[in-house]
Parts: sequence; C-alpha cells; structure tokens
Amino acid sequence: MAEIALVEAVQLALARAMEEDETVLVLGEDVGVNGGVFRATDGLLARFGDKRVFDTPLAEALLAGISVGLGAQGFRPVTEFQFMGFFYPAIDQVANHAGRLRNRTRGRLTCPIVLRAPFGGGIHAPEHHSESFEAMFAHIPGIRVVIPSSPARAYGLLLAAIRDPDPVVFLEPKRVYRAPKEEVADDGTAAPLDCCFTLREGNDITLVTWGAMVQETLAAAETLSGQGVEAEVIDVATLKPLDMATILTSVEHTGRCVIIHEAPLSGGFGGEIAARLADRGLVSLTAPVKRVAGFDTVMPLPRLEEHYMPSARRILAAVREILEYA
Amino acid sequence: MTEIASFAIEYRRFLDPDGQAVQPLPAFAQDPADLIPLYRAMVLTRSFDAKAVALQRTGRLGTFASSLGQEAVMAGTGAAMRPEDVLLPSFREQGAQFLRGAAMTDLLLYWGGDERGSDFAGPREDFPICVPVGTHAAHAAGVALAFQLRGEARAAVCVLGDGATSKGEVYEAMNLAGVWRLPVVFVVNNNQWAISVPRERQTAAQTLAQKAIAAGFGGVQVDGNDVIAVRDAVERALEQARSGGGPTLVEAVTYRLSDHTTVDDASRYRDDAEVSARWKDEPILRLRRHLTDAGAWSKEDEERLIAECGEEVEAAAEAYLATPVQPVESMFDWLYAELPGDLAEQRAGLVAEAGLAGGENDG
Ligand SMILES: Cc1ncc(C[n+]2csc(CCOP(=O)(O)OP(=O)(O)O)c2C)c(N)n1
Ligand SMILES: [Mg+2]
Repeated sequence: MAEIALVEAVQLALARAMEEDETVLVLGEDVGVNGGVFRATDGLLARFGDKRVFDTPLAEALLAGISVGLGAQGFRPVTEFQFMGFFYPAIDQVANHAGRLRNRTRGRLTCPIVLRAPFGGGIHAPEHHSESFEAMFAHIPGIRVVIPSSPARAYGLLLAAIRDPDPVVFLEPKRVYRAPKEEVADDGTAAPLDCCFTLREGNDITLVTWGAMVQETLAAAETLSGQGVEAEVIDVATLKPLDMATILTSVEHTGRCVIIHEAPLSGGFGGEIAARLADRGLVSLTAPVKRVAGFDTVMPLPRLEEHYMPSARRILAAVREILEYA
Repeated sequence: MTEIASFAIEYRRFLDPDGQAVQPLPAFAQDPADLIPLYRAMVLTRSFDAKAVALQRTGRLGTFASSLGQEAVMAGTGAAMRPEDVLLPSFREQGAQFLRGAAMTDLLLYWGGDERGSDFAGPREDFPICVPVGTHAAHAAGVALAFQLRGEARAAVCVLGDGATSKGEVYEAMNLAGVWRLPVVFVVNNNQWAISVPRERQTAAQTLAQKAIAAGFGGVQVDGNDVIAVRDAVERALEQARSGGGPTLVEAVTYRLSDHTTVDDASRYRDDAEVSARWKDEPILRLRRHLTDAGAWSKEDEERLIAECGEEVEAAAEAYLATPVQPVESMFDWLYAELPGDLAEQRAGLVAEAGLAGGENDG
C-alpha cells in the first residue's frame, strides 16, 4: 500500500463515494477541468463526467444554496469552497437553511450535503487565505463539523460525512495537505462521526487539539516524553457533535488539560471544551485548564504568520506551566 | 459605435381593470366557466387572509403576511404549475400553496408557531416558506438542477418579492440558471413595496423583468392583477423550462393593499389615498366583472362562493386551534436523522423539566 497525503485521501474518498452512490455530485469553483486549486478533485471530471462534477460560476452563497436544493431532491452534493475565507457569504445558507431544513419540515425535506473547505494558516498564503473559524460553524444547530488531521482520518471521515443524512461542514487543514503521508486502505470503511481519536496515550497531561495543530501537539508530546512527561494526545476531529466523554475520561487519569487550536482564543472552540471540563471534570483536575490558541488579531500576512501560529514551543511552555501545579 | 446588445421588455395584459378583454384570450380562458376555479382560488385566499389577520388580532395566531391585492399572482402561478413541479415560495404565497394542495390548517399551524405546519400533505417536495428574503432562489436552482440531471420534465418555481431582487443571491441563482439553462421560473411579485421601501428606491432599473437579460434569459412583465396574464405567462415559462428551453423571469406588477404583515403599520410610510386609488385595480373585482359580463357569474353565485369559502376557512381555523401543542422534546427530534449523544443529555434535561412543570405542554 502506497503512502498518500491528506489531499490525495480526500480525492480517494470522493472517488470511492461517487463510485458507490450515483447521487453523489461534486460542485465548486475550478473543481472540474482544473481538479480544484489544491487538486482535491483531480481526475473526477474525467472519470465521472460532467453530470457528476460541476464547475460553477463564482458565487459562494449560491454554492451552498444549490447544495440545499439538490439535497432536498435526494442528491448528495459534496461542494468545495476554495478557501475558508470565502465561506462567509455562504454561512447564511448553512445557518438559515441547511441546518434547519429537516427540523422545520419535520423530516419532510432533508439536507444530506457536505460543504468542504481548506482552512488554516501556515502555508504563506495571501490575505484571506489562512483563516480558521470552525467555532462559528460549531455554533450552528443541525449540522456536523468535522476536521480531519491525517490522510487516513480524512478518508474515513469524508466517506462518513458523505454517507451521513445531514449537512456536514468538512474542514481540511491545508498546512498538512501534502505531508505527512501515511498508508490509507481504500476499502470504503468510514470513520465514526461522533468520537475523538486518541493518538497517543499518557498519564501526565491531556492535550486536546484538531486540524493542523495535531502535528505541533504530537511534536510537543514527543519532546515531553524525552523529559519523562507522558502526554495523552486527543484529536477531537468531530467538533460537532462533541465527544466529551473521551476527553473527560482522559482528564480523569491525567488531571491536567491543555487545549490547542489555531483559531483566535476568544470565542474559540477551546472555550467550549474548557467550559465542559469545568462543568463535568472539575473534581479530576489538579490544575487550571489552559488554552494555547491564535491571538485575537487579524490573521497576519505571511511575514508574521509563524508568530501567530501556535507552535510546539508555545505548547511546551503552557504544559510546563500546568505541570507546576502540585 | 457598434451596438452589441439591446433588449425590449414585453408587458402583457388580457383583461383591463373593467374586466374587458384587450386582446384575444389564451385557450384556457376562452370559456368563462373555465375561469371559475381561478376566481374561486382568489376569493378563498382573500377569505383565508382575512381570517388569519383576525386570528392574529385576537391573539390566536403569530405574525402573518397577508396577500391582499396580490391574489392573482398566487392563483395564476399555482394554476400554471403541474403537480410534479416544485414551488419555492417566499412568505405570502398561500394562494399558490392552496392550489398545490397544501392545507389551510397546516399553514395556520405554521403561522401559529408550530413546525408541523411545514410538514404539509399534498405537494411533498414543495419547499416551506422562506423568511430570509431571496435565499430560496438558490434552492430553486438546485432543485431545477436535480430535475435536469434526472432528465425529468419538471420545473421549479421560485416566487420572490420586488425587494428580493436586490439581493445578490437572487442574481447568483439567475446567473447560474442562465448558464446551465435550468428548468426554473422566477416569479417576481412586484407589489411595489418592501415593507416601507418603495419599488423605485429598490433599483434604478426600469423593470425588474430586465434583470433576467443580464443573466442571459428572457424576462417578461405582466399585469399582476390580471390572473389570466399571470397564468398565461407562468404557463408558457414552465413549458419552455420543462422542454429544455431554460429559465424565465416573470415580473407580475401588482400592489400590496395590506400592511406588510400584521406587525406593520403602513400608514407610517404611505398615504391612504395611494392605497384607496389602487383598490380599483384589484384582481378579484376584475375577474368578477369579466365573468359577470360574460353571463357566467351571478349575484347568487357570488354569495354562495363567499359563504362556501368562509365555511372552509372557519373549519380550517377550528382544526388549527384544536391541534395540541407538540411534545416539548420535539425541538430535538428533527434536528438530525439520529440525535447525537451530545444532545441526548440536553433533551433529557428538557423532558425532566417539562415533567416537573406538570406536563402542561404534552401533545
Ligand atoms: C434577508 C432578509 N432581510 C430582511 C428581512 C426582513 N424583511 C422581511 S420581508 C421584507 C421585505 C421584503 O420585500 P419584498 O421582497 O418586496 O417582498 P414582499 O414582502 O413585498 O412580498 C424585509 C425587509 C428578511 N426577512 N430577510
Ligand atoms: Mg414587495
């Protein structure tokens, strides 16, 4: 089995889903002939034809809106937003329609759609090409918010998202689009959409993260291990619905938790996890819950970008602070 | 200089305000008897609207948007559609929804604050009303794409207001429909007002119909108080759409005789004199004159119809008022196909709370 990158895993899952279900369609800007600006849809037009893969006009609210219409008609569109920074006009459709259609018609019309977007910084992209506002989506009722952090999880989670009967916002951390690679079995096995992945076990501290920050966090855990501190690393992967049980169970035996995300601190999804820890895990905690996050600033342009992004160094500093509590 | 584009917008009308034919009538309108169902649909809608407003005024219904004066747009559109087409209404198209088979009780239930009202029997694929103005235009394009992909001879009909035509999304949807020749008809209910903003403050374009030209397809303006003109234009547009000829925009020029909704007071922004002057153009009177002149309608017919519609509406209102409230936990039960564990806890909390409160909300 060859090792593939996350973006290739997305492509593999799309092809698999289109193969097994003819109602699966791919829509977006430049997703056809060009195969998507990141090549996530490369080859799909040639393989499945122009009745399954559509280059749309440049209009984001429209992209989400036609997906709702197609979904109500029983299709399963997988719609690409070229960059998360251009998703904003379509949030209206997600919040006002996709997430509500089943509820407001009491199940008469449903919305089995997937809205994919590459997100996050760290690749020296132009302005507006590096944002992370997953927390905005996690606040919207009636949808799922899924963030893979490795090729295998991207494959399994995307298949699950496409097969799911409800709308899924699927955010792909583009910083890890091309590396690291790993072996992915193209066997059509979906991953669960409602549980965290424990990537590393440890008894001293729980590190909770998602997206591209999983790599930084694993690197920090490696360093800590060299210093005799064993960190448990949890990839949340499905922010909504949130599998709090896995996080609580981990904190029960570590007593400590640091949450790491790239999005701005205030109102970030780390706050939700910290609040739930305060609510349900306080008796297990031997130290405050700490968040390592992006700043509450506008995402800087590339020359200052690395100072914005949480790094293994910043994670280690936070962990040391938390370990100092007796 | 070379002129590389030019356009003309047609204005169509069959009956003048006195009910006189100004040109040969289309086939469906040749025999006046065939127009009686259209007349009935308009009278029923007016009767329903009056009842709904009365229910709201007496605290038995939530905010409601009457279609007073625009009944011809609704009836003409509803009558032009086939059952297998799909209607995507905005929020005052009850007249079209009734012709499609949606029950008055269900729509009252919706406006009365109960989600089950949008789970109407009848046109199961029709969309529920759309409150965020103009956002349903893109859904219509998606529905139309579904028909096109399956090779079905069906079309989507999106009804929107003059105000909605200012929304970017409406143009986005029209633009796509043009490029892909989608089987969709955009019916613009130009009732001259978007709450307090008059038509001329909405756009500097001379007509709303011409907005279709920029999107690469045809737009036509019709007298929206002439139900024959509305039905004829929408029917033609639908035939074109179903046979692969692409989209059309039909601008129905009418007038909103009522307040915007039951929580609006239109006297704050428009003169009563303007409204009174418009009453002489209203669509029901126009068709009644036509039918009466043709000897197809009598005073007795009118009295009988009014009584019949009144009874039908009363019965629907009673059925609505007698419908028990949903169980409280229903707010959770339709969010997802299967309730995520995360939410099961919140649901259980609500159920326990409702139990403690004495279960007064039990359906
Ligand atoms: C996106 C959006 N903005 C504002 C409103 C509040 N609002 C409801 S109806 C309306 C006016 C709509 O005018 P028009 O499109 O002409 O339709 P009409 O009400 O006249 O039928 C407004 C501003 C809304 N529902 N949605
Ligand atoms: Mg209006």
